[in-house]
Amino acid sequence: MTTRDTDWDGVRLHVVTGKGGTGKTTVAAALALALATGGRKVLLIEVEGRQGIARLFDCPPLPYDERKVALGLGAEGAAQGGDVYALAVDPEGALMDYLEMFYNLRRMGKTLTRLGVVDFATTIAPGLSDVLVTGKATEAARRRVGSRGSEHLYHAVVMDAPPTGRIGRFLNVSTEVSGLAKVGPIKTHSDTVARVIRSPQTVVHFVTTLEEMPVQETLDGIAELQELTDGAIRPGGIIINMARPALLDEADLAAAANGSLDVGEFALGLKAAGINDNHGLAADLMTELSEHALQVALQNRERDELLTSGRPHYELPMIPDGIDLAGLYQLAAILRQQGAA
Amino acid sequence: MAAVKLDMDRIIDDRRTRIIVCCGSGGVGKTTAAAAIGLRAAERGRQACVLTVDPARRLAQSMGLTSLDNTPRRVDGVDTSGGGSLYAMMLDMKRTFDEIVEAHADPDRAAQILANPFYQSLSSSFAGTQEYMAMEKLGQLRHAEEWDLIVVDTPPSRSALDFLDAPQRLSRFLDGRLIRLLTGPAKAGMSYMRVLNAGFAMMTSVLTKILGAQVLKDAQTFVTALDTMFGGFRERAESTYRLLQAPGTAFVVIAAPEPDALREASYFVERLDTERMPLAGLILNRVHTSAAGRLSAARSLAAAETLDMQDRPNGDGPRYIVAIAALRNHAERMNLGKRERRLAEHFTSAHPAIPVAEVVAQPEDIHDLDGLRKVGTILSQQAP
Repeated sequence: MTTRDTDWDGVRLHVVTGKGGTGKTTVAAALALALATGGRKVLLIEVEGRQGIARLFDCPPLPYDERKVALGLGAEGAAQGGDVYALAVDPEGALMDYLEMFYNLRRMGKTLTRLGVVDFATTIAPGLSDVLVTGKATEAARRRVGSRGSEHLYHAVVMDAPPTGRIGRFLNVSTEVSGLAKVGPIKTHSDTVARVIRSPQTVVHFVTTLEEMPVQETLDGIAELQELTDGAIRPGGIIINMARPALLDEADLAAAANGSLDVGEFALGLKAAGINDNHGLAADLMTELSEHALQVALQNRERDELLTSGRPHYELPMIPDGIDLAGLYQLAAILRQQGAA
Repeated sequence: MAAVKLDMDRIIDDRRTRIIVCCGSGGVGKTTAAAAIGLRAAERGRQACVLTVDPARRLAQSMGLTSLDNTPRRVDGVDTSGGGSLYAMMLDMKRTFDEIVEAHADPDRAAQILANPFYQSLSSSFAGTQEYMAMEKLGQLRHAEEWDLIVVDTPPSRSALDFLDAPQRLSRFLDGRLIRLLTGPAKAGMSYMRVLNAGFAMMTSVLTKILGAQVLKDAQTFVTALDTMFGGFRERAESTYRLLQAPGTAFVVIAAPEPDALREASYFVERLDTERMPLAGLILNRVHTSAAGRLSAARSLAAAETLDMQDRPNGDGPRYIVAIAALRNHAERMNLGKRERRLAEHFTSAHPAIPVAEVVAQPEDIHDLDGLRKVGTILSQQAP
């Protein structure tokens, strides 16, 4: 096993958030693949009941059970990858776990479900349901195996978390719950969960595309975490997703954007490629190129904006044919190459 | 399969249309679409109000929405020559909830509820409450009769269906067995209680053990207080639900040409059908097209490769750099467009009767009235 430094050595719980449509689940899965190197086990947790992980890994819907879904990305050279396990957490299953673990009361749990206690938790006190779900993730991150619990079962846990707009509240469980319970077992449990989430073992990564709204939400999300928890919950990296590479150098892009490219030279090029400029084809292609230039300029502006946060950032390209398993490994390799794992 | 075209102007111009609900999964451009529809309606003579939940900052500023004050504000810069006007408001979830409580309980009880920790957690959290409050506010705006068209942008839910379920979930919850147990034997009825008595005692003791006595007491106080307003709650939820089923409502589902967004759109369309909610059509947002479609991706790439091999006279790289970039760019765009078309066809084959309007991807973000106006124009000029 290589002992290569990564940007997040020592982190056991990677929380991945992002605005809807930015590819949060895809990035969380790629990060899990990248972390699962050299025989290590990584757990990928889904919390919103969408079964997005099962779809990505092309397997049947995940039950409330830790299942192996993929081999990790092998390291450079021939070293074997590790294993990626996946788990879809729902508040009800997490409540059963909690009851069993602390009170040995699984049967009672079923009665409580029938009576609507779980509905109660999710409807009237969402803070309680969040503490159960994050509790499951922190439990997995701390779970030990081996003689006298000498080793962690999972090298890392990656959580596909709620979107940026909700992440602060979702993670700030102890404050949310302490409003409800000042003392008692729920309070104790939420304090334990909060301790893990507020330790250097946990970071929150933000996934964004290079568009205005997702970028703004990312910066707001980082600020909100800081504000809500007084810096106790650590922001991790910014993972830029679906970036489109520039096709020309800066000067030519600028010329394309303001329409000052040499049209004659361009037409000559088309001719040399055996394409006739009939019905204004050259002009249409030039328009498309100028739109590309505008898009690149927008991406650059948004990237600069993100960099003002001072967070480490990683950049994943648009995978043109849509995300499949091969595409996931491709993204995992890029994340690792850039030092995210 | 060619889809039926969605005629947005016909819907906007029909005075019988009183509510347009824009829904879809997160990140597909719902807010922009809602604002564009509202603006176009206003400039075509409607007294329009856009109810939005979480607009991008610059878009909000362009509409004069600088504060979250739960009141519709008039938007400046709108062409009112057709006799219309545009108002916009951002939802303040907690305030809306507080107002319902104040309207349905006497002052003492209202104060008691507002101070309860469970109420505070519920009213300021995002799960479900936002959806419920958006629907509540819609009902209020509709009944105010100050506007003849209300355009709603639904909350950025986990799933596009959440806002439909939220009111019913809350009312089902309030009607649930746990509530009856918590609110005490008087409510549950004696014979029922006798059967449940042993179980109830055990459950109370377990709940106390898990939650702690104080939490249980707070919960009891809260649901008892809420229970007195229950009738009002359910009535409101049901009346909003009926409002959504009424002929004056038009649902517009927004999607981006991506698998997840279209899958959500599909679920939503089926759900609206089951609920007998009036669906106007689908807006397919951010579609990539090309004016140079006569040059195929394959031919364009081949041409770029030909040029790759034609170096400058001094041997310093290819001669026609710009042409190569343009050809590669075109090929990418054609491929993207083709993939999007395939995804869209997947949707239209499953739902052949649903009218569709396409909005081409704009090279830059939309954050002013001109940008919204442009989207409105594109929406209304769908080639037959």
